[in-house]
Amino acid sequence: MTATQPPGTTHSAGRFVGQSVTRREDPRLLTGHGRYVDDVVVQGMLHAAFVRSDLARGRITRLEVEAARRHPGVHAVLTAADLNADAGSLQPTMFQGATPPSPCAPVRLLADGDVRFVGDPVAIVIATSRYVAEDACELVEVDYEALEPIVDPEVALTETERLVHPELGSNVAMSVPTPPDPELDAIFESAAHVVHETFQQHRHTCVPMEARGVVASYEPSSGELDIWLSTQNPHEARQVCSRLTGVPAHKVRVRAADVGGGFGQKYFLQRDEQIVVAAARRTGRAVKWIEDRRENLIAATHARADRIAIDVAVDPEGRLLAARLDHLEDCGAYPLGGTGGVGPFVAMLFPGPYRIGRMGFVSSAVWTNTCGRGAYRGPWMLETVAREQMVDVVARAIGMDPLEVRRRNVVAATELPFTTAMGMELDHVTPAETLEQAVEIIGYDAFRAEQRRAFEDEGRLLGIGIGLYVEPTSMGSGSLGVETATVRVQPGGTVTVMLGTGSHGQGVETTMAQVVAEHLGVELDDVVVVQGDTATAPFGAGTGGSRTAVVAGGATREASLKVREKVVEIAAHLLEAAPEDLEVVDGQVSVRGTPSKGVPLTEVARVAYNDPAELPPGVAPSLEATVSYQAPPITWSNACHVCTIEVDPGTGLVAILRYVVSEDCGVMINPMIVEGQIAGGVVQGIGGVLYEHLIYDENGTPLTTTFLDYLLPTASEVPEIEYGHIETRSPTPGGHKGMGEGGAIGSPPAVFNAVADALALRGATVAEQPLTPTRVLDALADA
Amino acid sequence: MGEHGIALTINGERREGRLEARRTLADFLREDCELTGTHLGCEHGVCGACTVVLDGDAVRSCLLFAVQADGAEVVTIEGLAGPDGALSTVQEAFRAEHGLQCGFCTPGFVVTVTQLLSENPTPTDDEIREGISGNLCRCTGYQGIVKAVRRAAEAGR
Repeated sequence: MTATQPPGTTHSAGRFVGQSVTRREDPRLLTGHGRYVDDVVVQGMLHAAFVRSDLARGRITRLEVEAARRHPGVHAVLTAADLNADAGSLQPTMFQGATPPSPCAPVRLLADGDVRFVGDPVAIVIATSRYVAEDACELVEVDYEALEPIVDPEVALTETERLVHPELGSNVAMSVPTPPDPELDAIFESAAHVVHETFQQHRHTCVPMEARGVVASYEPSSGELDIWLSTQNPHEARQVCSRLTGVPAHKVRVRAADVGGGFGQKYFLQRDEQIVVAAARRTGRAVKWIEDRRENLIAATHARADRIAIDVAVDPEGRLLAARLDHLEDCGAYPLGGTGGVGPFVAMLFPGPYRIGRMGFVSSAVWTNTCGRGAYRGPWMLETVAREQMVDVVARAIGMDPLEVRRRNVVAATELPFTTAMGMELDHVTPAETLEQAVEIIGYDAFRAEQRRAFEDEGRLLGIGIGLYVEPTSMGSGSLGVETATVRVQPGGTVTVMLGTGSHGQGVETTMAQVVAEHLGVELDDVVVVQGDTATAPFGAGTGGSRTAVVAGGATREASLKVREKVVEIAAHLLEAAPEDLEVVDGQVSVRGTPSKGVPLTEVARVAYNDPAELPPGVAPSLEATVSYQAPPITWSNACHVCTIEVDPGTGLVAILRYVVSEDCGVMINPMIVEGQIAGGVVQGIGGVLYEHLIYDENGTPLTTTFLDYLLPTASEVPEIEYGHIETRSPTPGGHKGMGEGGAIGSPPAVFNAVADALALRGATVAEQPLTPTRVLDALADA
Repeated sequence: MGEHGIALTINGERREGRLEARRTLADFLREDCELTGTHLGCEHGVCGACTVVLDGDAVRSCLLFAVQADGAEVVTIEGLAGPDGALSTVQEAFRAEHGLQCGFCTPGFVVTVTQLLSENPTPTDDEIREGISGNLCRCTGYQGIVKAVRRAAEAGR
C-alpha cells in the first residue's frame, strides 16, 4: 500500500531528505556478500562452545574438565577458577557511577559454586572447530545439588528463604513505594466509576535472525585486543572489554560489519561475549563463538514479563480522572544492564496522550531463576499496553465506544504544550490527529455496523482495536543524548561521513548519506557512510532507543553544513564572488541564478588539499568538520494503530483482517525505510500477542528452545499494513523524530483490544497473553 | 573420525572435498567453499535462512549432510546474480520493494522465491504467502517481501 496522504497533512521533501531512495546496503546483502560476524575468519582462529547449566538453581558439587582438556583438538577448557578472578567490571558503562540506574545483579563471568538459571555458563571449551568444541562439552562432568528454584515472580516477592542471589539477602531487586496521596484517594472516592483490571504481559523476546556472535583475538606482543562483534553499539562494547580485560581502551578495537538484527538484545555487551573476550585475552588466541538458536532462546535475554494491576477513576462523561498502578516486573537472574526496573518509566509515561488528572503507582522488580531481562524494542512499552488495554476495559464498563472514550480524553492540538499528570511536557505531537486519520482510513463506523450485522446474522466474531501513544524517542540523557559526525570531503571530491552508529537493518548507510547529500549539496552516490568500527568512528552510543535519525542525523546535518560553509568560502575566493551569492547543488558551487559561473566541488577539494596557496587568507587546508550534537531531553513522536480481526469461535484462531498505522515521526528522511521500520515492529507486536511465548515449567526448565516451540509469525499470518503519515517538525535541527521502536509499542494493545472487542460480543473477557487458540476458547467457554 | 570424499557442482563450478560424515552441507558451503552467503539462523530446519537449490529443489542446507550432496548440482545465493554483479529479477525486486532490512534471512528468501517463481511464474497472493511461509524474517513484517515476489512475477511475464 502506498503512503496515504489525506487532505490537511503535510509532507516536506527535499532533494534527498524525504525521498524513498533504495538502499545502498542491498546489493551486497542480496547477493550473499554481506559480512556478518560468522563470516569473519581470522588466521589461527579457534572455536568456542559453552557448557551451560541445565538446572535453574543448584550448587556445583563437582566440575571435572580433564577428559575434555585431553580430547584431540581441544585447546583449552576454562572455568570460573581460570577466568573470574582476573575479570574487571562486567557491568555496562552507565553502571560505573555511584548509583546504578536499574537493578544490578551480582553477575560473574562463569558460574562459580552455584548456578542460577538454565543456560548459566559453567565452562567454555575452545577447540579447532565448533564440532570438536561441542564434542568436548559432552566430556565436561558437572554434578549439582539441586535446589528448589524461584520461577514465579509473585513467589519471589514474598519468599525470604530461597534466594536467587544469596549475597543480596532478598529477591526484591527494586521497590518503588508510593507516598500517601489524600487528593488521589478523594478522586477515587467521589468518582462515578472506578474500573479495575489486572493485565499479564507474558515473556517473549527479540529473536534477531542472526543470533549473537563474536570473534576476539589478543596479540600479546602488541597488547592489542581485536574484536569482531554482532552489536548495535561498538563503542560501549569497547569500553566494557577494556574494563573486563585491563587492556587500555585505545588498544581495544571493536568492529561490527553487517549485523543480522538486534531489537535491543545487542545494545549492551553480554556476559557470554565477555567470556569469549576474556578467554581470547587469556589464551592469546583468536576465538570465535557463534550462538546457536537454543542458546539464544534460553540465555540471550528475555523481555516483557510483567504484571500490572490498574484502577481508573472515571467521571460520568467518560473522562479519565485518575489512575493507580501496581506493577511487578520479573527481571530474571541477570538482567542486562539498564533494562530491568522499568516501573518508574511505565508510570511516568502511563498518561500518554490523555488528560488523566492524577497518578499513583507502586512498582517492584524481582529476581527469579530464569533468563535475565533485556531490552526489546520499546523496553517500557508496558505503559502503552496497560493504558490502551485499560481504556477499552473502561469503555466496556461504562457502556461507551472505546473510540469515543479516547476522543474525550486525548490532548488536542490547541492544548499544546501540555503537561501530563506525571509532569511530562508534550509538544509538537499530534495524537488526536493520528487517531482521526487512522479511524478514517480503516472506516471505523462502517466496521462497527458490519460487526453488528455479522454477529447478529451469522454469529461471527469481528473485532476492532486501537493503540494510541506518544513515544519519548532519542532520550537525551548521558551518552545517549549525543552523537558526533565527521564529514570529510576527500581530495577527489567524494564524501565520507564517519558515525558512531551501529546499524543492524535500519539502513543508516543510506539515510545518513541522504542527510549529507541534502545539506552539503552533493550527489547521493558521492557519499559513503562509515560506521561500526571504533578505530574510525567518533565516539557514539550506537543504534538503539529510536535515536539515530534525531541524534546522529542532527550531528550529520550540522557537520555537513559546516563543511558546506568552508566549501562556499573557498569557492567564493576562487570565483571572486560573495559567499552569500553562492549555492552548492550536486557537487557544483555556482552563483545563484548564473549556473555557468561556478566551480566544481572536485576543484574546491583539490585546492583545499593539494594547493593550499590558492586558499583564502586564514583558511586552513583540508575540507572536513567534526560536530557533536546534543539532543533535547526527549523528542516526542506519536502514532495510532487500528486493526480489525475475526475470531473463529470453533478453533479459537485469530485472523487479522486489516491493519492501519497513522504516525507522526516529523520529517521523514526516507519514507520507505520509515514504513519498513513500522512494519517490522507491528509484526513483532502481532507475534507477541498471538504466538510468541517463552515458557518455563515449575522447575525453571525452559520448554521453548526451538522455532518449533517458540512461534514467530510467518508471511501467512500477517496482514498488509496500511499507512498514514502526518508530519509535524520536531524542534531538533532536521525536524526528525525517532521511530524505530514505535511499531512494536502500538501494535500489542491494538491487537489485544481487537480480540477483546470480538470476544465481548459473547460476553467473554481476556486479561492475559498470549491470545492462543486455547485461551480464546477458554474465554468463550467461561462467558 | 573417518572422512569421505565428495564431488559436486556448486554454482556451475566443480568442487571436491574430504570431510566427516557429520559435516552439514551448510558448513561445507560456508567454511570449506567460503560461500558465506548461505546463513544459519536456527540449524534445525525452521527459519529457512540456509536454503539452497539442490538438483532443482529448494532445500535446507542445515539439515543435509554434505556427503548427501555428493554428485549433486547445488545453487547458492552467490550463484543468482549476473557475472558482472547485476542483480537478478528477484534480487532487483527485493531492493525496489524494501524486502530486506538486516539482510540475514535474505539469501534464503531470494533462493526460495527464485525457485518458487520458476515452478509457478504467476502465483496468487495466497500462493506467494504459502510459498514463503517456510522462511522467517524478523525485520520486515514480510510487507516488502510479498510485494517483491509480486513485482518479480510481473517482471518475469
